[in-house]
Amino acid sequence: MSEAPVPAPDPAAPIPVTVLTGYLGAGKTTLLNRILSEPHGKRYAVIVNEFGEIGIDNDLIVESDEEIYEMNNGCVCCTVRGDLIRVVEGLMRRPGRFDAIIVETTGLADPVPVAQTFFMDEDVRAKTKLDAVVALVDALHLPARLKDSREAEDQIAFADVVILNKTDLVTPEELDRIERTVRAINPSARIHRTERAAVPLDAVLDRGAFDLSRALDNDPHFLDHDHPDHACGPDCDHDHDHHGHDHHHHGHDHHSHHDHAAPSAIHDLTIQSVSLRGGPLNPKRFFPWIEKITQLEGPNILRLKGIIAFEDDADRYVIQGVHMIVEGDHQRPWKEDEKRESRIVFIGRDLDREKLERTFLACQA
Amino acid sequence: MPTVAPIDLDDHCLATGFLDEVPVFALASGQVVRLDHGTHRHEMHDGLLATAATWDGRSLISGGEDGKVMRLDADGTETILRPSARKWVSAVAAGPQGAVAFGEGRVATVLLADGYVRSFEEARTIEGLAFAPKGLRLAMARYNGVSLAFVHGSAPPIEFEWKGAHNQVMFSPDGRFLVTAMQENALHGWKLDGKPGGEQRHMRMTGYPAKVKSLSWSNKGKWLASSGAPSAIVWPFSGKDGPMGKGPLELGQRADTMVTCVACHPIEDLVAIGFGDGMVLAVRIADSKEALLRRPGKGPITAMAWNKPGRLLAFGSQAGDCGVIDIAG
Repeated sequence: MSEAPVPAPDPAAPIPVTVLTGYLGAGKTTLLNRILSEPHGKRYAVIVNEFGEIGIDNDLIVESDEEIYEMNNGCVCCTVRGDLIRVVEGLMRRPGRFDAIIVETTGLADPVPVAQTFFMDEDVRAKTKLDAVVALVDALHLPARLKDSREAEDQIAFADVVILNKTDLVTPEELDRIERTVRAINPSARIHRTERAAVPLDAVLDRGAFDLSRALDNDPHFLDHDHPDHACGPDCDHDHDHHGHDHHHHGHDHHSHHDHAAPSAIHDLTIQSVSLRGGPLNPKRFFPWIEKITQLEGPNILRLKGIIAFEDDADRYVIQGVHMIVEGDHQRPWKEDEKRESRIVFIGRDLDREKLERTFLACQA
Repeated sequence: MPTVAPIDLDDHCLATGFLDEVPVFALASGQVVRLDHGTHRHEMHDGLLATAATWDGRSLISGGEDGKVMRLDADGTETILRPSARKWVSAVAAGPQGAVAFGEGRVATVLLADGYVRSFEEARTIEGLAFAPKGLRLAMARYNGVSLAFVHGSAPPIEFEWKGAHNQVMFSPDGRFLVTAMQENALHGWKLDGKPGGEQRHMRMTGYPAKVKSLSWSNKGKWLASSGAPSAIVWPFSGKDGPMGKGPLELGQRADTMVTCVACHPIEDLVAIGFGDGMVLAVRIADSKEALLRRPGKGPITAMAWNKPGRLLAFGSQAGDCGVIDIAG
């Protein structure tokens, strides 16, 4: 028997999966090459649609044809990626070769089936966990992309982390406007500004964005940026201008985007987000409500995330969803100084803001 | 009393079988272990994905992550049928007169013993392959159905459509039925002996709590055994309409684990059932009588195969604790 020089990863622990989306030319390959070449001591298996541009020798680059499968259950939004099921199953038969999986999608890819694969396929779900969906956005070309493609908007809407790349190609004013657009599409994503995809890797990898115990905990200001009263305090780690920027006045006041423009003020957007706040909720009203909303509106909901305070409950309840798939769990006790309020965001198309708000508020205890 | 000769291979066992009575274990790493007066290890692939035994029972065909298609003979001879390529070879099948087929992405290629090569391209990825028992025809499982292609001639493939993703395909031994295992927890079947041009006769076999990974036809095709439930689900195929309108048998039910692998005996109406905890039972179909062949082990049973006379059963697991069971002791 051979002796392993380093302790092998626990074969039973689920392998984290990071999904990289972004339009052609947004910088996915640059970021991927950085992830593979930087000395972080981790080994990655990479699933790509086409070999070629990845300049790094890595025997664990797997080429797969994007293959979208509709589940045969009559639900149009229940789609998975058949090629990922096959490749992940194959990779996981030989664990110990890699610590994490990265899925690079094509520019036109729909991120939803990719993400749903990790929830809907029992084998994939048993062995892996979706860590985060990262969208690369080309700051220069985003306005044009939003005009001509629904995918560019979907990718931002669906992301946990948005890398606003190529910031050196636009003026600071344009950049602020673009960030406002991104924020209007997706108020809950982390946004990082970079040049040449030079974002710190820990901003992209091991995020635990779909992990209910972590998801919203490393984001103390979940949805605050969407709130008119919010002023970023010193603990705010929303990354507005830390990286790759020349103007060093750190301090958020000079950004006017905290009073966000309503999505309707931005042209070419078909996606809207509805952020709701309320007091402690009655679980007997909330659960039937969220179930009904996701059943009826599921096809229109790309993502939902929320932190819920229930009456007479010492623990925070966190919830997240993709179309009709909803997961929720108690996360941790509310802290002494935390305001016990319920916050939830829906990102999607054709959402009825008034109805969502009215019915959500009716769940209050 | 059955006796178990264990062999610990410390790797996910993907397939097992007997090549001319020599037990072989195909491992996910790409190694195939042959037990012939000692343990012989053959490095066939860098990452093995699919295997098929040839119809003469003498060789194992395999496809791998390295894009290679290989043949291993009972005496240990290794033959490269197709050298390394970029894409994974994720399906292989063996057919009459030494025919071999392999699938990579959306293309399936047939290699005949006389050197004839022919490729078929589908619109979607080919997930499973099987040769028909009679005539040189290849079934290709794909999204929304199966394409049945004639290896020779210019006739277009016959399309069998059923919505959803089909991962595996098999013919009944008499060639009357075509059965697929699907991405959802179900099998689907088509009756093949209908009138030419007539309406396709479908068989829906549903109700499984898990995906069906393992399928096995009993001797002469009277029964089709399947995994994917706490018991082996065994569908009756002796009637002219197969299992239509009939329920399946549920054999070897356990409360705390699932059936992960099934292998019907080559002569008797008896099925070997492998479970998620590594246990192996033999259950007679006629009266559901059970016999314990192996106690639980380190991992789920992932592969099983009988030898020709049906006295030895080779098994392999996800954890690599494999072995050969002599049912007569």
